[in-house]
Amino acid sequence: MTRPTHDDEMIVPEGWGFVETIDRRDFLRLTSSGLMVVFAVKPAEGTFRPVWNFAEQQRTPPDFNAFLHIGANGRVTLFVGKIEMGQGIITGLPQIAAEELDVPLERVDCVMGDTDLCPFDNGTFGSLSVWRLGPVLHAAAAEARAVLVQMASEKLGVPVGDLTVKDGVVVSRTVASRKVSYGELAGGKKIERRYEGQAALDKVSEYTIIGKSYPRRDAIEKVTGKAKYSGDIAPPEALHARLVRAPAHGAVLTTVDTSAAEKQPGVRVVRIGDPKDGGLVAVLHAHRDEADKALRLVKTTFTPSPNTLDNENIFAHLEAAAVEKRPAGAAGDVAVGEKAAARVIVAKYRKGYVAHAPMETHSAVAAMGADGRLTVWASTQTPFPLQTQLARATGLPPDKVRVITPFVGGGFGGKSAGAQAVEAARLALAAGKPVRVTWSREEEFFFDTFDPAAVINIRAGLDASKRIVSWDSEIIGAGSRGAAMFYAVPNHRTMTKGSWSGNQGGMHPFAVGPWRAPGANANVWARESHIDTLAAAAKMDPLEFRLLNLDNPRMKRVLEACAKLFNWTPKAAPSGRGVGLACGEDAGTYVASMAEVKVDAATGAIRVLRVACAQDMGVVVNPEGARQQMEGCIMMGLGYTLAEEVRFRNGEVIDRNFGGYGVPKFSWMPKIETLILDSPDLPAQGGGEPAIVVMGAVVANAVFDATGARITQLPMTPARVKAALGMRG
Amino acid sequence: MKPIAFTLNGVARTVTVDEDRNLLWVLRDDLGMTGTKFGCGASFCGACTVLLDGKEVRSCVTPVSRVAGRKVVTVEGLAQGDKLSPVQEAFVEHVGFQCGYCTSGMVIGATALLNANPRPTREQIVQGMERHLCRCAAHHRIVDAIESASKKMAGGAK
Repeated sequence: MTRPTHDDEMIVPEGWGFVETIDRRDFLRLTSSGLMVVFAVKPAEGTFRPVWNFAEQQRTPPDFNAFLHIGANGRVTLFVGKIEMGQGIITGLPQIAAEELDVPLERVDCVMGDTDLCPFDNGTFGSLSVWRLGPVLHAAAAEARAVLVQMASEKLGVPVGDLTVKDGVVVSRTVASRKVSYGELAGGKKIERRYEGQAALDKVSEYTIIGKSYPRRDAIEKVTGKAKYSGDIAPPEALHARLVRAPAHGAVLTTVDTSAAEKQPGVRVVRIGDPKDGGLVAVLHAHRDEADKALRLVKTTFTPSPNTLDNENIFAHLEAAAVEKRPAGAAGDVAVGEKAAARVIVAKYRKGYVAHAPMETHSAVAAMGADGRLTVWASTQTPFPLQTQLARATGLPPDKVRVITPFVGGGFGGKSAGAQAVEAARLALAAGKPVRVTWSREEEFFFDTFDPAAVINIRAGLDASKRIVSWDSEIIGAGSRGAAMFYAVPNHRTMTKGSWSGNQGGMHPFAVGPWRAPGANANVWARESHIDTLAAAAKMDPLEFRLLNLDNPRMKRVLEACAKLFNWTPKAAPSGRGVGLACGEDAGTYVASMAEVKVDAATGAIRVLRVACAQDMGVVVNPEGARQQMEGCIMMGLGYTLAEEVRFRNGEVIDRNFGGYGVPKFSWMPKIETLILDSPDLPAQGGGEPAIVVMGAVVANAVFDATGARITQLPMTPARVKAALGMRG
Repeated sequence: MKPIAFTLNGVARTVTVDEDRNLLWVLRDDLGMTGTKFGCGASFCGACTVLLDGKEVRSCVTPVSRVAGRKVVTVEGLAQGDKLSPVQEAFVEHVGFQCGYCTSGMVIGATALLNANPRPTREQIVQGMERHLCRCAAHHRIVDAIESASKKMAGGAK
């Protein structure tokens, strides 16, 4: 289990992740001959803004998403603008290319997230890489194979129909000695093909590489410490920068005295502009700990923050916020539905802000080259949008800015903003030296683009035959993802006010942004909690109640599969057993989970003993990789469910390290069982997020089953559990 | 500034730095050993863990003066050439990582755990690793990897 073997045309050096050391010269040498296939997925209207800036090498059209190259040595190199942050596409995407090309996986290299080398990509988020880029990659690789087979046909004098490909060699089906390798066909020539059509899926039963759990290609580098992250990049003469920061959101710097810091040997102070208006004050030193020390010597005063919000009064503030409500799905007439209802059940669900808290804090290194081009290595999920952002912030034309994305140490949506890279770039230009910015953990917890707090109001009507006849919901703060009504409810209406995207009307006291399945964790939790409440009102087993109110066969199938995996036995809740279930749809994938919990009535502590999760995600490229994502979703989901909540007051974030903000730990581990349904008729769907969306509800529903207490606020901290237990009638 | 001599991954090293410099940043910035990661700067997360005389310490809160005359092992020092240590092998085999950022500290922490207790129970592994955080949540696979490494090492695969 090692990295691919290398030879003279291999451009990904051992021990260096994949892109950091490739320079333009290597790239031009690589691509100066061989077969190049560029391919485009038709972008959704308004979502892509291609900016192709391949400097001198502008020989390819501006609207393609990736390309692959086959060299004289038969090696395939895939260039994609996506990045690797742990989700495993560094293995999964080459599997797709290898499958269609009929070459061994180890002969496919993957260059990722470099704005000079890779075509435009909007970013790595939304479980889109395999789901949306995958089909294009299939088609492009199939196109490359067709071109090569055609060339082989001409060279060998054998009709195309009589040729087959094995391990990158085109061979006659009848005369085995008539053969020619991809390398021989591609070498010494310059061939370009463009593919724009719609991908046709091959017969899944014929796949030999897709569907296999190949070992992760980043394994050796990651266990030996050789894998490079942005903070590990140290250009000659680079200086670490620590920035003067406000103690609270909304506080403004009034005075700053850097004289003591400046006296420290090796320290430089850089000021850019007016701190009241986007300016920066930073201390720089070659060593990070000495920069930290210098920062502690800077004396500052700030105006108090005018913000009066805190993590208790935020919910009333969100409900009162004057932000326009928007429809997010409706059918029938809710008023008519309620008239048919035997009873209407109303509840208000609230959840707090949640931090991304990736283990790698935001990092970037910026270096201005002698050629007038700025190179920025950044931990980012969005290298191309970041390039535009950097150009805007520095005044450089976009083609003078190169963003390189080494391995990213966790993103979860939080590395889409790029502020640290802008800081590094501005400081590097001002200092005339390469500058490294690695946010402290305290900065990370302050400048995070949090998962927003939300209030979700639901009114639902149940008729005498135990069918849901009306559903009226209002989502404040979370947005609409995960809220689409898939139960067979004839009359429903969903309105949203604000969302995780942007901070409409200044609803939130600090920045909010996408957090793994943004909005869906809140929406699925509220809906599935409410469904359970309806099931309890109907005195029905919650699984049977869902099946009665569903006509979606995929959702029914995944629920039934999960029930079998979990060994669910029907009983109306609360049964005292502490079991619960929830289901949802995310990124095209259907997911159902069941959990068993134990609640300590004395302390209010919830212990999740067991989680079973079944997913229908279409064709699976790398089943083991998909399971890792499911397990990670389950375990990470326990955090927002049980403990994670950003506490804040008057613009200050109270918990700014892991001592106060509790992320899941080893001792939380439930027994986890995962099942991926065989679904050969459906193309690959998203896999990075679906299993997390059900976690809040599956635990809340199990707690209800254990105790009879319905907890309507996340996270379900011991204090909230005790309060809910005390209110049981 | 004064010279501080210690053994780093089996090699004698001397650094001439202020005594209160921090071990993590001396390793990363002065010695170019970037395998050891910065995560929280306050010993909460474990990303910066190194071995000091075989036991785990958080390098982010360790003054470099503390390692004078002692043996420091970082993640770069575990493999013998291309031959991974049993713990590293087990992390690869069980995929005890996703983004990999906590992995250096996890691998070092697991090595220290097995140094102190070669045949830990699963509960002892969980307890021993409790102060190492993994945000991608590869916890189950990490525990599996440590269990498996323990078995292999006991079986003489060292």
